[in-house]
This record gives sequence, C-alpha cells and structure tokens, in this order.
Amino acid sequence: MTSLLFLIPIALFLGLLALAGFFWSLRNGQYEDMDGSATRFLHDDDRPLPAAPSAR
Amino acid sequence: MSALLLHDAEAAPATCKHCGQPVAAGGDAFCCAGCSGAYALIHELGLDSYYARRDADAGPVTSEAALALDLTDQVETGEDGVHCLRLRVDGLTCGACVWLIEAALARRPGVVEGRVNLTSRRLTLRWRGPAEAAGALAGVVQRLGYRLAQMDATGDKDPARAAEKELLLCMAVAGFAAMNIMLLSVSVWSGHAQGMGWATRDFMHWLSALIALPTVAYCGRPFFRSARAALRAGGTNMDVPISLGVTLASGISLWETVNSGPHAYFDGAVMLLFFLLIGRYLDSRARGRARSAAEHLLALGRAPVTVLGEDGVAHVVAPASVKPGATVLVAAGERVGIDGTVTNGASDLDASVVTGETRPQPVAPGAAVFAGMVNLTSPLRIAVTASGQGTLLAEMVRLMEASEQGRARFVALADRVARRYTPVVHTLALGTFLAWVFGAGLAWQPALLIAVAVLIITCPCALALAVPAVQVVASGRLMQGGVLLKSATALERLAAVDTVVFDKTGTLTLGRPELIPDARRSAEDLAFAATLARNSRHPLSRALDRAAGPGMPAAGVRELPGRGLELDTAEGTVRLGSRSFCGVVDADTGGDSTALELWLSRPGRAPVRFAFADAARRDAAETVAGLAARGCRVELLSGDRAEVVEDLARRLGIAVWRAGVDPAGKCARLAELRAEGRRVLMVGDGLNDAPALSAADVSASPATATDIAQTSADAVFQGDRLAPVLELIDTARGAGRLVRQNLLFSLLYNLCAVPLAMLGHVTPLLAAVAMSSSSLVVMANALRLSRGRP
Repeated sequence: MTSLLFLIPIALFLGLLALAGFFWSLRNGQYEDMDGSATRFLHDDDRPLPAAPSAR
Repeated sequence: MSALLLHDAEAAPATCKHCGQPVAAGGDAFCCAGCSGAYALIHELGLDSYYARRDADAGPVTSEAALALDLTDQVETGEDGVHCLRLRVDGLTCGACVWLIEAALARRPGVVEGRVNLTSRRLTLRWRGPAEAAGALAGVVQRLGYRLAQMDATGDKDPARAAEKELLLCMAVAGFAAMNIMLLSVSVWSGHAQGMGWATRDFMHWLSALIALPTVAYCGRPFFRSARAALRAGGTNMDVPISLGVTLASGISLWETVNSGPHAYFDGAVMLLFFLLIGRYLDSRARGRARSAAEHLLALGRAPVTVLGEDGVAHVVAPASVKPGATVLVAAGERVGIDGTVTNGASDLDASVVTGETRPQPVAPGAAVFAGMVNLTSPLRIAVTASGQGTLLAEMVRLMEASEQGRARFVALADRVARRYTPVVHTLALGTFLAWVFGAGLAWQPALLIAVAVLIITCPCALALAVPAVQVVASGRLMQGGVLLKSATALERLAAVDTVVFDKTGTLTLGRPELIPDARRSAEDLAFAATLARNSRHPLSRALDRAAGPGMPAAGVRELPGRGLELDTAEGTVRLGSRSFCGVVDADTGGDSTALELWLSRPGRAPVRFAFADAARRDAAETVAGLAARGCRVELLSGDRAEVVEDLARRLGIAVWRAGVDPAGKCARLAELRAEGRRVLMVGDGLNDAPALSAADVSASPATATDIAQTSADAVFQGDRLAPVLELIDTARGAGRLVRQNLLFSLLYNLCAVPLAMLGHVTPLLAAVAMSSSSLVVMANALRLSRGRP
C-alpha cells in the first residue's frame, strides 16, 4: 500500500500537467479557428506562408 | 495554326475561369470584368495553384464591384510601429481562400502578418510603414473577389465570448477533477467490498477533498452567480438547487472525511458540475455562433456612403460616422444609407423596404428619404437629417419598445419547471432529515447525510441538461439549413405557433424586379434588348439580363440617367427606356398599368414592351401549402396597394390578406390575433415590419432584411427560398417533443430514486451511477433530433 503514497501524487501531477497544457493552448488561441486549421496544413508546402503569428 | 485555334476554341471553358459561373459560348473566358481582374492578379502573383487547390464544389466567388471602405479610424498602431487592422471577410469558401488571401498579402511590402480566421471570418492585418497603406492592402483582398466590412467597435472584448471562454476553462477543470476523483472513488468502492483498511480509505477521501474543494469553488462560480442573482430578485431558478446540492454535498463529505466516515460524495458533486458545464458550454457556443453569423451578415449589409465634404471632395465613410447636416451623394442603383432630405436632383426611389410599396416613388428636392430605399434612376444629393426623435427610425423604435413588453413575460419551460420543482425537493430533503431525527431517533449527522443524498439524487442534472441538449442539436440542425437562431427561447415559442403572418415585399417576394413572360414578345427581342441592358446597373436592366441569360453586351451604348439607354446603329437610333423616352404615346399594355416597364424602340418597328414585377419566391406557394398542412393559418399583411397584394395572395393560396397597412396597423393586427389566443409567427424584412416582428410571439426575417428587422427577429434565414420557415417550425415542434420527453424522463427517474434516497439506501456509488446514466439518456434522446425527422 505504501506504493500509493508516491503513485497517486505522480498520477495527479501528470493529470495537472495535461490540464496546464490545455490552459496554455486555450490562452494561445489554438481553438480560435478550428475550420481554418483543419485545411491550412494542406496548403502549407512549397510556398512559404506569411510569418507565424506573433505571440500575444 | 488553324488547328491550334480550333483546339483553343474547343478548350475554351463554358464557365468563367475565375468564379465558375456560365459565360456566353465563344465569348470571353470570364463572366465579368471583376473575375478577369481577380484572375489576372492571382496569375501575376504566381498563385495559379489556387485554382487547383480550391474545392471543386465551392460556391462561386463573388465578383460584385468592391465598395470603398473608410479604414483610417480602424487602424491601431502598436508601440513597435506595427499597424494592426481587423476586418470581416465575406466569400470565404474553404482553406484555399485562406491560403490565397494570406499568400497575396504576404507578397506586399511591409506586411508582417495577414491571417484569416476561417471560423469567425476575420482578417487580421499587421504591417510596417505608413498607416495609409490600409486601403491598398484591403484593395488587394477586394480585387481577389472577397468582400470586406468593418468590425464593430467591440472587437475582441465581447462579453459573450469572455463568458464562453470561462465556461470552457471551468469545464476543463471540472473534467480533470471528476476523472481523478472517480479514479480514487472506484478504489474506495471496491475497498468497501474487499475490506479496505480505514486508514487507506481516509487517505483516498482526503486526496479527493483536496481535488474537489478547489474545483467546486472554481467551477461552481457560474452557477453560484446565477443562483445568487435569482434569489436576490426574489425568485428561484435551476441554479439554486444545483448550487445548494453541490455545496451541501461537498460540505457533508468534508465532515465525513474529518470524522473518518465511510461515505463521501466528492465524486458526485464534481461530476454534477462537469455534466452541467458541458451542457452550458454547448448551449453558449451554439448561440454564440448563430449570433456572430448574424452580426457578420449585418456588418456586410452596411454599405459605406459617399459624403460630399465642404471642400467639394467626395469621401467614402461608414454610415455610423456621417454627421447630421452633411451632404451625401447617392448614385443611381445605389441603396440610400442614411435618413435625410433630398436637396438636389430628381429620381425614382424603390421604397419597398420602408413602405412595402413596390411601385417606384418619384422624389424631388424637399422629399424625405430613408435608409434602405434604393435610388433607381438618377443621382441624388441628400442632406442628412438630425437623428433622434421625429425621424422614421425613432418612431419605429418607439413602436417596437411598446410591443416588446408583451414578449418579455414569456418564461422558458425549464424555468417554469424549476420554479415548482425547487421547493418540492427542498421540502422533501428537510422532511427526510426531520423524520430520521425525530421519527427514527437517528443522530443528526447520519440523518443529515441521508438528507444530502436526497438532494444529490434530485439535483436536477438531467433536468438541467434536458433543454440545452435539445437546443444545441436543434440550432445546429437549423444552422446547416441556413437558419440562424438568435434567441434562446425562440424554439419553445415557435413550437406553439398556429398562425403565420407574412409581409409581402422582400419576404414572400424576392424584393427585386423580374421580367414577366409575355407571349407577344419574341425571344429575339429579348436577346437584343439584353445586349443593351448589360451596359447598365439599373435594376430593370439587370432583370432583363437575368431573364436573357449570359450573353455579350453591345458596344457604344449611352446611358441617359432617368430616361434609358441609347445605341446608334446603321438603321438609326435604338432606345431602351421609359415610355416617354421611347416615344410611345398610347400603347396597349394588356390591362395592367401599374407594373414596372421598359420599352424597346427600333427604327421602322413597333415598340416592344417589357413588363416587370416583384416575383414571388420560387417555393412561396409550396411553403404556404406546407404551413396549412401543419395546421397553421397564414395571413398576408402588406403596406402595398390592394390589387398587387390580392393578386399575390390569390396565386399563393392565402385567404386572409390586408393591404395598405402601416407599421402601427400591423402591430394592431398582431395584437388582435394574440387577443384571440393565437400564437403568431411574423415573417418580415422591412423597416415597416420591425415593430410587428417584435410584437409577434416569435419572428423571423430573411438575411436580406434591413438592420432593424434582423435585429428584432428571433431567427434569420439565408437564401432565396422560403422553405426555412417550414424547417424552423418542424424543428421547433420536434425539439418541443424531445424536451417534454426529457423532462418526463427526468421526473420519472427522480420519482424512482427519491424513495430509495429517503430510506437511506443510496450510497455514493449508486448516486454516481444514477446521475451519469440519466444524463446520458437525456443527451442521447436529444441527439435523435439531428437524424432526420424526429
């Protein structure tokens, strides 16, 4: 049972890491344009796209 | 060489190379100058692969002449000298459009970033250099064939968007917490069966409390806020039992944990929040999308106006920034953007949007004109009248405010249920507690635990999801059909509709003139007249062009404003225009003298008459029949003349019609219908319909309607067809059925579970299973609406 003492905190930490990742992506505007992002990569080949969006 | 030419001729596409619309055989490769220009620009930039990249079935790119925009006050300049401009873009069909715009902008010097958001249809432009480059950059996008419009002042700081983001964050936190607590709870539950030691169990409970308490404090805020507001207003809503249930469950679980008790409801409390937040978020997103789409339509409809400055130079500015007293120029064929008085010029105005009258109204200096009217024949100068009381718009707003009060009394079904449900549940819980303490002699702590179990089991999880789940699916289905539902309670009000009142011009009809077929006229006459008409943007000329189909314009045509078109040929002068212009004195007009008309006079031949009428929408008759089949009474209320209204009503099969009704008259008629106990859906588009739209139980307007009509309507439908009205009623009725089923199911579930809880047989495991299963059933039932007819 003592294994729980470190396994559960590890599990929680990993979960929190994922949550923090989600928060970051939301703040970063990753969900602003779901339709555009779905097709954007198709056109992203030989010709360079405009400069990446500046971080806000 | 000749073989090559032949090959070329064969390979010449029958459709426009840019927009894909059909063009005249043997003619140009383009349908219009706009498309040709866009193609040339794309080619010049080396972006030809756009044509290979775009969807084959993407709609045609619009090629309407671009209107100049006033962008100077929209540009924001950052500290680092980078200018930023946000614009709405119309005409985006797929990712290729995004790529085209971004790639074209990236080739302009100084551009730091040009990024198109396909979801919100917005373009963000950043560039270095002069701020005045804004116009040139916007021009690039316009020349590609996309329409641009200014953003509203609110921009990104929209409160609805901020609320949606908060809900999403809350949902993510609640989801994380619910899953982790459930992980711990599952081990506790299996521990109950296999004899887990008390120390391990308490450890699990403490860990759960550590996750649950901050989560409840953070994710419960939207519910606590709403519950507090309801209580402060002296009422109650669904959020009151939710807040109470969640708070009590967390509190009693903490008490249990401190005292090393066997049961804790942390999982139930957090899972409840998670499910409810899913419902809230979906609901807000569906409504937010419909609202932003409606705003997008409105912004694009607001064409800039040309103001004549004191220095005599014409500026193009947004209608909102025109000051009273300014002089505005309105070209022939242009829509009047402001209210004012004619100071110079004489013309005919199409006032159908304002009065419902289809016959053009002659205006002379001194006449009052209103935003929305279309100037038909010659340019006008208009002095902008002072805004405020006394204008037509102010009168409409006053009428609307008066009529809206009736609608405000409507209470959503869910709130009505909550109003009855909440006291019952709270009495039950209190009764259970008292019965166990005083009746069965139990100590107060275990009795309180049982009472809390009753509250958790009856927490209206399914009940709170019952309505939003259906609403989300319904508005999604309507949006696919081109109908934007703006109001949250519109579906419920629509489901009860038994009378549909239509406006005529622009609603049952398209609001633009169409050529009336005439057997006495030959196809050759029409084709010839169309070659002249293609040189003009006058509505009647364009109607002729539409009727004749694609073809070549004649060269050397002169347009005489207010009179018509003239062409010198070898035989003499050919004229296409008004009766007097063509020298027709007394011709047989076939009995109707009211219609719009054009005459074609050629030397040595009898003049030919082209009559036009505002044609009914293609499926208007079917829609009226469909409404009757659904048990709705259909009425026609129009501001137009009696003979026109009667004719249309007869053709569409509408028995009850009234002509020459003014806005107040429309409101009065709706009040009359409502007094008879009828539930009225008003469909209208004009300024004169706006008060009636807000007076009806529920209202809809086409996307071509005036600003004020679209703002006051509950639903806006796009396209040339009227069928969305049927779809609206069908979906609303289907949704109403499903909501009632869902509510019934939730109540049934409570009826079964409450006795168990009152007897103290409900454990946290049972509560969790009951809660999630009932929520899933309700959600699954709502999803049935998305698959065909419910």
